[in-house]
Amino acid sequence: MHWRQPATLADLAEGQEYRLDRIDLPGADARRLMELGFLPGTLVTPARSAPFGDPRVYQVDGSEVALRRETAIKMFVSPVRKDQPA
Amino acid sequence: MSAAAAGAPTLTSPPLPRTARTVALVGPPNSGKSTLFNRLTGLRQKVANYPGVTVEKRLGRARLRHQDVLLVDLPGVYSLQPRTEDEQVTHDVLTGRMPDVPKPDAVILIVDVTNLGRQLTLAAPILSLGLPTLVALNMADDLKSRGGALDTGAVAEQIGAPVALISARTGDGVPAVEEFLEGALGVPRPVQLPIISNVPSCREWSAEVSRKAGYRAPLPSHWTQRLDGVFLHPLWGPLIFVVVVIAVFQTIFKAAVPLMDGVGVLIAASGGWVEALLPDSWFRSMLIEGVWGGVGSVVIFLPQILLLFVFIGILEDSGYMARAAVIADRTMAKVGLQGKSFIPLISAYACAIPAILSTRTIENKRDRMATILIAPFMTCSARLPVYTLLIAAFIPEQQLLGPLLGTRAAMMIGLYALGFLAAVVTARVLKSSVLKSVRTPFMLEMPPYRMPTVRSIGLRLVDRAKIFLRRAGTVILLTTIVLWLLASVPLENGQPPAIADSVVGTIGRTIEPLIEPLGFNWRIGIGLLTSLAAREVIVGTLGTIYGMEASENSVELQSALQSDLTLAGAVALLIYFAFAMQCMSTVAVVRRETGGWKWAIIQFVYMTAMGYVCAFGAYQLLS
Repeated sequence: MHWRQPATLADLAEGQEYRLDRIDLPGADARRLMELGFLPGTLVTPARSAPFGDPRVYQVDGSEVALRRETAIKMFVSPVRKDQPA
Repeated sequence: MSAAAAGAPTLTSPPLPRTARTVALVGPPNSGKSTLFNRLTGLRQKVANYPGVTVEKRLGRARLRHQDVLLVDLPGVYSLQPRTEDEQVTHDVLTGRMPDVPKPDAVILIVDVTNLGRQLTLAAPILSLGLPTLVALNMADDLKSRGGALDTGAVAEQIGAPVALISARTGDGVPAVEEFLEGALGVPRPVQLPIISNVPSCREWSAEVSRKAGYRAPLPSHWTQRLDGVFLHPLWGPLIFVVVVIAVFQTIFKAAVPLMDGVGVLIAASGGWVEALLPDSWFRSMLIEGVWGGVGSVVIFLPQILLLFVFIGILEDSGYMARAAVIADRTMAKVGLQGKSFIPLISAYACAIPAILSTRTIENKRDRMATILIAPFMTCSARLPVYTLLIAAFIPEQQLLGPLLGTRAAMMIGLYALGFLAAVVTARVLKSSVLKSVRTPFMLEMPPYRMPTVRSIGLRLVDRAKIFLRRAGTVILLTTIVLWLLASVPLENGQPPAIADSVVGTIGRTIEPLIEPLGFNWRIGIGLLTSLAAREVIVGTLGTIYGMEASENSVELQSALQSDLTLAGAVALLIYFAFAMQCMSTVAVVRRETGGWKWAIIQFVYMTAMGYVCAFGAYQLLS
């Protein structure tokens, strides 16, 4: 069995779509992220960023939200497979 | 401006009949609540003395066919579980816990229909309040033009409340909202709502509603993507930001001149007319020297201030401000703050009061406190008349970057930068000492870019003009009259004394030793004292003093100043105004927002001391 550190939002390439698996942040922060659209199971696409890549804008659930890298590294994602419905 | 005027908006006369309905406007941020509010109330809303994003409830009256309705515009929320102070306001009004607002009889929930699934999640907690509710699906024009569609009737069927498809910007569908406001209010028909504290189940519920309503999401806005490609470009983004800033200042300086000259001519002509009409008396002297000389010299700056607000309005309404916050976040992080603090700081360019109120959107209490304490360093529009006057009198105009940038505009940018620098340094000091805290995550939704409308910018300008003229007609009028009276006593042989021997002159000469090291004489000293009420009062004060001395000296404010101040003294005065806290309304708002005198007094002393020390340094260095 080959174990690998799961990818986080901060590791992603611009313009690629990923599925959000879990948010590893305190309850209130996680809740606000969910209200902004970051629900587990939702597709997230990294978009433009400020100079030097931080903060970055993410497309999620029809809107765009800017997050700092320090927040994005607490949000774990997995790649979207073609055969999986959105 | 009095402390009361700076406080929470209350409705002005004539009072509504007690039976008038109260209807609250609620919705997620950027869904168009304020646009609808402005459309329904027109100019019949209480003019708050700050512009910008709604962080405090706003009250206004919608005059409908059969009755008037009291509308309450609330800060945007994502849920009814408040996380910030502005969200708390929404929560308290809706649950009837806000002392000065009656519990709403009905609610209009406004959502952006171009992203229905997510925006409609708020419907669950709102409907569960059990109040008569209209769901206004806003931005119908965007939905249509980008190929989206839905069955409005089916949405109403699903959620058990009436639904209107509207465009608050163009006015389409707004009559249906007015009908709801006047009609028989019925509570929502009970439908199966999700558990409102559970975000995923609310989201599932609204997805279900949109699906059953045959909702077809519009294509993404290509404009927003293309503009972000430019404004958030690693190189062009910051560069454009700088060019925009330079262009704004150059325009404020150059384009405002003919307009200001026009106002100046009008004031002079009306003054001459009044002078010719009245017999020579002390009353005429007071009118001409006090009112026209004092108030008139401030009113001249109205076009310039309005021009500044045109630019701020465009930046705010277009959605660019949120991008600027993203670009600025790293810089703000270095001084211990976050990108969200950047938005209050930018609106502080208009006035520190709205800036301090808009810090309510900052979750972290200590970040919020630090932002409140540094906001008054930002160059507010009340400093503009002072800066313009001094720069025009002392800095010769030369081209620096061809026609794009002149020395005067450059000087102005320098002063704005100085204020920003003072704010940032102070923030750094505060955040690494008394206001140290754990960082809260920065999360900011990017609104789509929208073309600012003439209507919305126009409404702001009317607001600002009203506030400015009200100040000129109250605080500035009163100070100049009191000043004129004190400058006319004690009488010598029945004649007014030379101004230097009057009560004003005596006070001025008493404090003169204190300000002499800064290069100021007693006339400037009087200006510093009166401008404690509000910064621009110094212009009116000098206008009055020089106007009374007109027989001895030049009447023209600029040339009179040149004989009173050296270049070094003028620079010292500019620096003093950049730093010192000379605004009683701001002190009052800081006291209210921080819950006591402690921080308000610390801030006042710190800023004024900094102004004094830096002006002293500058004068000693330059002279």
